[in-house]
Amino acid sequence: MNAIVNISRLLKGKLAKTGLSSFKGGVHPPQHKLESTTSPIRSVAAPKHLVLPLRQHVGNVSKLQVAVGDHVLKGQLLAKADGQVSAAVHAPTSGVIASIGNQLIPHPSGLPDISITLEADGSDQWIEHQALDYLSMSKPELLDHLREAGVVGLGGATFPSHIKLREDARHPVRTLIINGAECEPYISCDDMLMRERTDEIVRGIEIMRYLLDAEVCAIGIEDNKPEAIQAMREAVAKSAIAIDVIPVPTIYPGGGAKQLIKVITGKEVPSGRLPTEIGVQCFNVATAYSVHRVVNHGEPVISRIVTVTGNVDRPGNYEAPLGISISELVQLAGGEAEDGDLVMGGPMMGFNLPAADVPVVKATNCIIVPSAEMFPEPEPALPCIRCTRCADACPVNLQPQELYWFSKSQNLEKAREYKIFDCIECGCCTYVCPSNIPLVQYYRYAKSEIIAQDRAKEAADIARERNEFRLMRIEREKQERAQKHAQKAAGAKAEAGVDSAAEAAKKAAIAAAVERAKAQKAEVVAKNTEEASPRVEAEIAKIEARRAHQPEPPVQPEQAQLFAEQQEAPAASGTGQADGLQPLSKEKQPTEEAK
Amino acid sequence: MLTALYVMIGLALLLGIVLGYSALKFKVEGDPLVARIDALLPQTQCGQCGYPGCKPYATAIAKGEADINQCPPGGDAGVHALADLLGVEYKPLNAEHGLPKPKSVAVIDENVCIGCTLCIQACPVDAILGAAKHMHTVIASECTGCELCVAPCPVDCISMEPIAESPANWKWRYPVFEIKPERPVQKKSAA
Repeated sequence: MNAIVNISRLLKGKLAKTGLSSFKGGVHPPQHKLESTTSPIRSVAAPKHLVLPLRQHVGNVSKLQVAVGDHVLKGQLLAKADGQVSAAVHAPTSGVIASIGNQLIPHPSGLPDISITLEADGSDQWIEHQALDYLSMSKPELLDHLREAGVVGLGGATFPSHIKLREDARHPVRTLIINGAECEPYISCDDMLMRERTDEIVRGIEIMRYLLDAEVCAIGIEDNKPEAIQAMREAVAKSAIAIDVIPVPTIYPGGGAKQLIKVITGKEVPSGRLPTEIGVQCFNVATAYSVHRVVNHGEPVISRIVTVTGNVDRPGNYEAPLGISISELVQLAGGEAEDGDLVMGGPMMGFNLPAADVPVVKATNCIIVPSAEMFPEPEPALPCIRCTRCADACPVNLQPQELYWFSKSQNLEKAREYKIFDCIECGCCTYVCPSNIPLVQYYRYAKSEIIAQDRAKEAADIARERNEFRLMRIEREKQERAQKHAQKAAGAKAEAGVDSAAEAAKKAAIAAAVERAKAQKAEVVAKNTEEASPRVEAEIAKIEARRAHQPEPPVQPEQAQLFAEQQEAPAASGTGQADGLQPLSKEKQPTEEAK
Repeated sequence: MLTALYVMIGLALLLGIVLGYSALKFKVEGDPLVARIDALLPQTQCGQCGYPGCKPYATAIAKGEADINQCPPGGDAGVHALADLLGVEYKPLNAEHGLPKPKSVAVIDENVCIGCTLCIQACPVDAILGAAKHMHTVIASECTGCELCVAPCPVDCISMEPIAESPANWKWRYPVFEIKPERPVQKKSAA
């Protein structure tokens, strides 16, 4: 017991000397970084066939700017950012757009998403581009350039960087932290970038600092990367601005943004808040590098460094054009890519790729080709014994065992109450669990269920509002119509009162006309009957007699209509029709006689 | 004795005034129970429950006229939530009112649409856009999938399409573990 106390005191003393704080929990998994850091970054030529998903970032899907069959140059805009939280996609090489449609993307679901397929023409011809004179530009203009160039956080979160680089009057950023900690095992892309592209990173940091107007600027690098620390220190010494290179203790997940902020500044980002609210902003080193490429070279984000490691002949870091197939990249490194086998990201936070033939995207920082020895089949999960080792390991002060209970029993409200959304899914709890419970899988399940429920609730609220508005609108229209009718009726009455004299004159005129017509009718007599021969007279009498016997009523308009309807309506059979007609003609006779 | 009586009467009067005042001042507008039931309903406005919308159904539940198991879009989870809120026994969904279906959106075949506006009048959430003798289209994000527009269409150009799973709406699955046959365990000899 005494020994433990002494050690903790010693540790505290050491940290006090370096001026660093520490976060609770964390684990020390085997590093496995040496395998991929022995050789320099290898550049990968653009392949024949590239697939560029439009959803490579957090936020809205980019808007297409090209059509199938278009010839595009390297660096040309293929899809522009749609709205503020979005990022553009560019052509990594020159070629022809072969198709636009759903293609498999590197996603744990294994589902396809809308992507552009580019067939390279091999000439790799750049579009015209030039460096920006950013000091003479306004800041919003420069941010727009970053947005159009597709700059996103390359540490893995792929959040559009121009939003994080925007100055916020309410929360001015005092401290700019550049994250070079790279705590996850196997991954070494940031390490190699810091060793080889040191000056470029520093240029990028200068631009970021200019944008944010930060007072303090620090680069946090885990102390297991002495070469990178050395290189950065040398480059920083040459910079015009003061940048601190701070070696931080190697402990997983020391590279998490909130953890690194805690270690460097000693301040904790409150639950559910953003680092800017405590005056800190944090970017990955690779993001700083791409900011430099955009501003000082005019090159959009069309490639990234990917660590390919594990069961391959040439493990190392590859500067791969975005859109290259991961299986192609693995083959370049001398490995075999099998579906469902590869791991994208690290062993702690990464996920198994359901298919190997998916493109490298902006989030692809590492591909691990596993072997049976590296990642043995997990032991079957045993019941939780409530040892709370997970709670000790949790770097965000959660109670993983409680969250596990709630997630397992689908008690989602309770899980939310226990701050499941503060979980960074680092996997420390799963790593230390003596019962081999895949805790993070339960949290991911619970989180996505809660998110889906919230979305459904939001949609329901909108539907309720729209329905209520519709009912209100119908009611209003009804009232308006009633009002209109009432107005019209009132108007007509008033008019009738005014024009009664004119109306009477009109009526009199009509009556007179009717009289005239009647008189005319009476005057008309058949003229050729007076001097007819007796034979003709007899014939007329005969016809008259027949008419009187079987009178044919003159068909009046209403009756004609009725007749036509009767004929149309049943028309079932000949007899039926005749039967239907009979009463009609019988009915007509008396009316005619009555007239 | 009298003092105690006066004190009690005085207190009763004072409290009565306070309560009477607050009953007027803090009067609750509308029926809070209806609003709470309405909040649990999916707002599909489909009318499958037999009422002309979710709010009327909520009102009927609150009055005790309707049962809690008449809402197929709410599903089993919805019945559970209503049972919890109202403190009544859970009962399975009444199949008379239909069975739960995967959430869908209405899609208008725009080549066939004659622009009769009948579906626009039927839509409970104004999610169909169009005008007389002009092509109509469904605003997919506003469509609740109530199917009320399908029946009035004289040319049968509206179909219900289930919302497909995409990387944007994909959910992590509940962890399940394959049970694999164990290696044969060598039996220890009793000796």
